[in-house]
Amino acid sequence: MKHPFPFSAIVGQDAMKQAMVLTAVDPGIGGVLVFGDRGTGKSTAVRALAALLPPITVVQGSPTNAARAEDMPDWAEPVAGDLVQVPTPVVDLPLGATEDRVVGALDIERALTRGEKAFEPGLLARANRGYLYIDEVNLLEDHIVDLLLDVAQSGENVIEREGLSIRHDARFVLVGSGNPEEGELRPQLLDRFGLSVEVKSPTDIEERIEVIRRRAAFDTDPEAFLTKWRSEDAVIRDRILNARAALPKIATSDDTLRDCAQLCMTLGSDGLRGELTLLRGAKALAAYDGDAAVTRHHVKAVAPMCLSHRLRRDPLDDAGSTTRVRRTLEDVFA
Amino acid sequence: MTQDLTDPWFNGRLALRLLALDPAGLGGLHLRARAGALRDRMVSDLGRGAAPARRITPMISDTQLFGGVDIAATLAKGAVVHNTGLLTRPDPVILAMAERCEAGLAARLSQVVDRGDGPYLILLDEGAGPDETCASSLLERVAFSVTLDGLRESDCGPDPDMGTAPLPLFRVAMPDDALVMLTVTAARFGIDSLRAPLFAMRAARAHAALMGRAQANEDDLRVAVQLVYPQRATLLPQDTEDPAEPDSQDASESTAQNPDPDDRQTIPDEMLIEAVRSILPEGLLQALQTQSAQKGGKGAGAGQKRRGNRRGRPLPSRPGRPDGQNRIDLIATLRAAAPWQAVRRKLTPEREGLLIRPSDIHVRRFQERSDRLIIFTVDASGSSAVARLAEAKGAVELMLAEAYARRDHVALITFRGDGAELILPPTRSLVQTKRRLAGVPGGGGTPLAAGLKIAAELANRSRGQGLSPALALLTDGRANVPLPGRSGRAAASEDATNMALLFRSLGLPSAVVDTSVRPHRDLQTLSVSLGGTYVPLPRADARGLSRAIGSALTGP
Repeated sequence: MKHPFPFSAIVGQDAMKQAMVLTAVDPGIGGVLVFGDRGTGKSTAVRALAALLPPITVVQGSPTNAARAEDMPDWAEPVAGDLVQVPTPVVDLPLGATEDRVVGALDIERALTRGEKAFEPGLLARANRGYLYIDEVNLLEDHIVDLLLDVAQSGENVIEREGLSIRHDARFVLVGSGNPEEGELRPQLLDRFGLSVEVKSPTDIEERIEVIRRRAAFDTDPEAFLTKWRSEDAVIRDRILNARAALPKIATSDDTLRDCAQLCMTLGSDGLRGELTLLRGAKALAAYDGDAAVTRHHVKAVAPMCLSHRLRRDPLDDAGSTTRVRRTLEDVFA
Repeated sequence: MTQDLTDPWFNGRLALRLLALDPAGLGGLHLRARAGALRDRMVSDLGRGAAPARRITPMISDTQLFGGVDIAATLAKGAVVHNTGLLTRPDPVILAMAERCEAGLAARLSQVVDRGDGPYLILLDEGAGPDETCASSLLERVAFSVTLDGLRESDCGPDPDMGTAPLPLFRVAMPDDALVMLTVTAARFGIDSLRAPLFAMRAARAHAALMGRAQANEDDLRVAVQLVYPQRATLLPQDTEDPAEPDSQDASESTAQNPDPDDRQTIPDEMLIEAVRSILPEGLLQALQTQSAQKGGKGAGAGQKRRGNRRGRPLPSRPGRPDGQNRIDLIATLRAAAPWQAVRRKLTPEREGLLIRPSDIHVRRFQERSDRLIIFTVDASGSSAVARLAEAKGAVELMLAEAYARRDHVALITFRGDGAELILPPTRSLVQTKRRLAGVPGGGGTPLAAGLKIAAELANRSRGQGLSPALALLTDGRANVPLPGRSGRAAASEDATNMALLFRSLGLPSAVVDTSVRPHRDLQTLSVSLGGTYVPLPRADARGLSRAIGSALTGP
């Protein structure tokens, strides 16, 4: 398995890179929804980020990437128990995945051949403490979507079927990508994603040439390329780790809370998740930038990412969501 | 070396050679041809050598592709039988009937290609019309595309010259301005995705390696763009200066001319543009427009006529074979095997555990439900066309806004002048709707029969793709333009009635919305012929329309 393309070597796509970094700083923000056409580097960015993050410590052979021996679920086969370092897992959820594959199911092989009841873990178990990447999320079947919503919200995968009663941890960052021209996502699902960004192929010809140039260099001599960009990746990694440590100490003033609430009310976003995400996002950005407190500047910077997919859509209004958010930002924050 | 790159046979064979050199980087080949001797000849020698190609069909199960336990064989044998997945080995894979590949399998195959360490794919596309082709996610990830339609054995030229032994890929250098040329050329042809210049770069490198050159030159670049770009082009570049060769405008017969080789490193990029243009078919833009208008609706073609596209409530399970799509109902299987245990144990006393035969396996079934498709057929004729069209557009968008709850697709057909046109193919996407409804013209006569005919064709097609169509006809006047070949008002209303009866024979719900100031008797008769409801709505605004249509079509 080749080493993925380095995160800092990705040309442009600043909004998407910033959204990914924020979710790495605070996984509780929720997932990232990336809208865009094909060939814009969406899955490259997810894999690159996971490769950039420090490796995690897991119990060897643990199906759910448990951190300590006590965290191992009781249905799992007993394993040696040594701790090893593995890279952050990135699991792909393909279109057409059946529920059994995603959630896990009775191990049919053992049931039919040995007559034993055992649980075969699915993709959600493998994605624990990592990233779950769904390509073409707007074409996914409804029952899988409902399943993912529940699990992403509660952080736990509960299976009650076919005589099994199983629970295991399933904390992951959900990253979905899709082309809005092919279908709409239900509003409930949209709301569950913490951040959303739009990516387009670069229109500047120099940027396009630079993308091809870097990719060609990576293909021809991967070792040299990785060495060259390793230090830049290390800079980002250190900033993320420092931000994670500093996050609990970031001060939030009442004014910031009032700003968030005011913005969400003016935009008319449904529910309160908008405000919560906005606050968490602003805190994560403040931590990443090394500031001690959240200011209006941070709120303004993350507002389009956090809110543009939560606006109640008026089909007869032509303006895109991001424009509406920016317009309201200027009105509210003068 | 002069090559005739307008010859599809040559292109195909060259593409296969390049793929053998850089399988992971180039993805594969899309071969559009009818099943026959010619196509088999093209891929015949993939079977020889150290890496034999495996042939799969879209009906293959996941365990055969990715590996897993073969349940039926396990039960028959009594010991676990594993399938090593076909895609775990890096040998090439030939996918026959690729246009029938459904979206889920296409997504999984795309994932494998993306990973970059698996097999390369040969997609054998046997589609008949321009709207029957492979899933676009697969086409995007496959570098080359060759069409053999209309070619005869006698037209096939010689195979490409193998030249000296190929160099290893890492020895080939790509000069920087070659990359610039490739990227600029892609942008000039309106190719948005950045995968295209990447594929072209890798193809040029592979071609240089094949020819034993240590640095890619203009010949390699020309071959690369001619193999990778024409199928992805979306527009023709504007002529900025005088084209060099007079006969490179001639699409099919000309060979790509090699300009005098110059010793400097700079490669004229007009040459690349002309090279691609010489391969593009006549009327590219026209073809693109009709192609994108016919894409729409989900699902493969034959074989899914009776399946809906959504899963409903569970039904009792039935005996069946597990094929990767359905789930085994374990309890029902055990219940079916239980009475036979005593007998089977006497027959095979040495086997332990449960004795289950493949015939005991029960699979789960679910109720079939399908999405509804509302075909708006709107009269765009006459003076009130603009207002009526605007209200119809508003109603379409309003229905889409509720679509997530009601699971409706919408499509829009307008008729005016002397024909009808499908403006918006079946979609649930607001983004696409806004784009296509932006400028719809109005005025002219009322060809009602033509509108109904196109609506009937679309309904038939969508039903084959798993949707449940319903018709909503908006008009305010009598038909006065008949189908092509006849003339006169009487013929017009006769044609309209015939088309209405044709639609009625499909057995689909319909609603006729009369937007004229005073209700027309003729439209009432028409709604009876259609077998649907008649809704007089003199002042039709968008909200009223969407409400009326919604209730008229849900009905009993």
